[in-house]
Amino acid sequence: MEKKWEQMSADEKQEAQFQKLLSPKDPGGNDLKFQSPEAEVNYKANITRIKDAIQLKKTPDRVPVTILPSMFPFINAGMTIQEAMYDYDRCVAAFKKFILDFKPDMHIGAAAPGPGKFYEILDYKLYAWPGHGVAPTSSYQCLEGEYMKAEEYDLLITDPSFYFRNFYLPRVFGALEPWNMLAPLTGILEMYGVAFNFIPYGLPPVQGAYKALFEAGAEALKWAMAMGGSAGELKALGFPDILGGFTKAPFDTIGDTLRGIKGIMVDMYRRPDKLLKALEAITPIMISLGLGAAQQTGNPLIFMPLHKGADGFLSDEQFKTFYWPTLKKVIVGLIEGGCIPFPAAEGGYNTRLKVIRDLPKGKTLWMFDQTDIVKAKQIVGDTLCILGNVSSAMLSLGTPQEVKDYCKKLIDTVGKGGGFIMSNGAFFDEAKPENVKAMVDFTKEYGVYK
Amino acid sequence: MAKDLVKILADLKEKEALGIVEDRLSAGDDPLDILDDARRAVGIVGKRFADGEYFIPDLVYSGEILKTITDMIKPNLAKAVEVKRLGKVVIGTVAGDIHDIGKDIVVFMLDVSGFEVFDLGIDVPAQKFIDKIKETGSRVVGLSGFLTLAFHSMKDTIEAIKKAGLRNEVKIMIGGGQIDDQVKAFAGADAYGKDAMEAVKLAKGWIGG
Repeated sequence: MEKKWEQMSADEKQEAQFQKLLSPKDPGGNDLKFQSPEAEVNYKANITRIKDAIQLKKTPDRVPVTILPSMFPFINAGMTIQEAMYDYDRCVAAFKKFILDFKPDMHIGAAAPGPGKFYEILDYKLYAWPGHGVAPTSSYQCLEGEYMKAEEYDLLITDPSFYFRNFYLPRVFGALEPWNMLAPLTGILEMYGVAFNFIPYGLPPVQGAYKALFEAGAEALKWAMAMGGSAGELKALGFPDILGGFTKAPFDTIGDTLRGIKGIMVDMYRRPDKLLKALEAITPIMISLGLGAAQQTGNPLIFMPLHKGADGFLSDEQFKTFYWPTLKKVIVGLIEGGCIPFPAAEGGYNTRLKVIRDLPKGKTLWMFDQTDIVKAKQIVGDTLCILGNVSSAMLSLGTPQEVKDYCKKLIDTVGKGGGFIMSNGAFFDEAKPENVKAMVDFTKEYGVYK
Repeated sequence: MAKDLVKILADLKEKEALGIVEDRLSAGDDPLDILDDARRAVGIVGKRFADGEYFIPDLVYSGEILKTITDMIKPNLAKAVEVKRLGKVVIGTVAGDIHDIGKDIVVFMLDVSGFEVFDLGIDVPAQKFIDKIKETGSRVVGLSGFLTLAFHSMKDTIEAIKKAGLRNEVKIMIGGGQIDDQVKAFAGADAYGKDAMEAVKLAKGWIGG
């Protein structure tokens, strides 16, 4: 009989996850009906190809190729980013056109623009987005700040969820500001006095916050239906989605949106012990975030954008002290839960390669941007699957011939023996369509393993 | 008391450095001398960064300590400090892009290397660059950008500078996450700098120092 999930090894769990991807279901739980026999063949070949590339046990039939854009599909369809954020139907239509035009082996879904109206309802203050701080044609961009104050580490360490609800979220969502009045959930214990905990919910500002929340939830649901429909349709056409969820390196969680880059960098000197404790405190939460998402989506690939550990951002010692230990714990925790961590090493990771080598073999997929990817193949090629790294500048300003020459070099070197997925190296908005097409078509033609 | 502020601050020992500043102020030291020492220390920080001994957090931290020291000294200063400068540089993140971390590091390094830097901030329209070049007579312009839209924004900015008749008056360097020589050629800049050290080298090559 089949083993229970809890009794499986990490290897068995990963294999089971891939088998699940190989026999996809529709939302009703029945076997997915592909739109054509050819679509079914393509879908299964695509999954098998990335499975082989990731597991490092077998050389795939050819180098898999994907495109990981941010706003390119929408700009390419002649839309502004504002339109892509507010018109969900046009957003998914543009994404479908993008997939059918370029035919990558797999994709990451149409969720990049996100639901503009949702952000408006909650008065999201963490980003500038079209119509709210940047032009309709500009991508949304983060407004870094110290949304968590230096003296609040103990609050975060003691009870991260309480800290998020009562301090962090009221600062980044204007509509949730009244949440700073709520009592901790952990005070709800026994009949005597229990009602005291609920008094804030009777106050008009808190009730207003919940009203906004219901409205925001309805909007998020509307958007998610469009996204889900799109992913299902593309799957039936033979194009698998390789994004099962998202989590972060604990250092980035605190550094990106809580303390900000200046805050966390100064914290490494002024309060290193608190920072280390906070990183430990949120590590299991970052693991659960990925595991929970994979369970919900049925897809084990968990994307992790890595930011502040790049070359130059930290010294070797700082990387090994503050960044890597908890990131490694998150990656290993995800692997033990049957997930495939998919970190994107934004910027350069040349000085980190020897450190990240220390991971279980054949369990992770790494997107590299400006890292010397040939050197990466030598150092980490037997440990992890490499994805990348056609540059944004080349896709945007180069010629198809330049793209082909670069892809040829990648296939001949990084692609050797498998363990490589062709892709762009950084998320991009603008590009020449013929260059993107050259990357995909050339890889399909030249990347066949003999 | 006789402890060397320059060395202590360059080694990023914040508490000790602030202690020395306090002692020297109460001993009646010339605040300008203290400030001069602090600036020299941050200059050493910049040099260590350029040498690969220090990293971005060290720059950020030294900047924070310098800010605290300046705040401590300010009330004791009779007039603003005049520092001899190598030359003027106008810098900013181009229109449509609001990223500033990379630009701020370049500003820091140019400043500690002796340049007078006019930082126009983020999402800077071309006209603002032109106005500042005219106003200051700067010979060097730095354009920063992180998004792919910045490629076009940089080109537009440089074209506007050309139209304003200033292209031959200035050298233009560009930099940022996805910028490379291909973008330099496209935008019509004079140089692309991979990092802040490169920016200093370029500026020095163009306006001496």
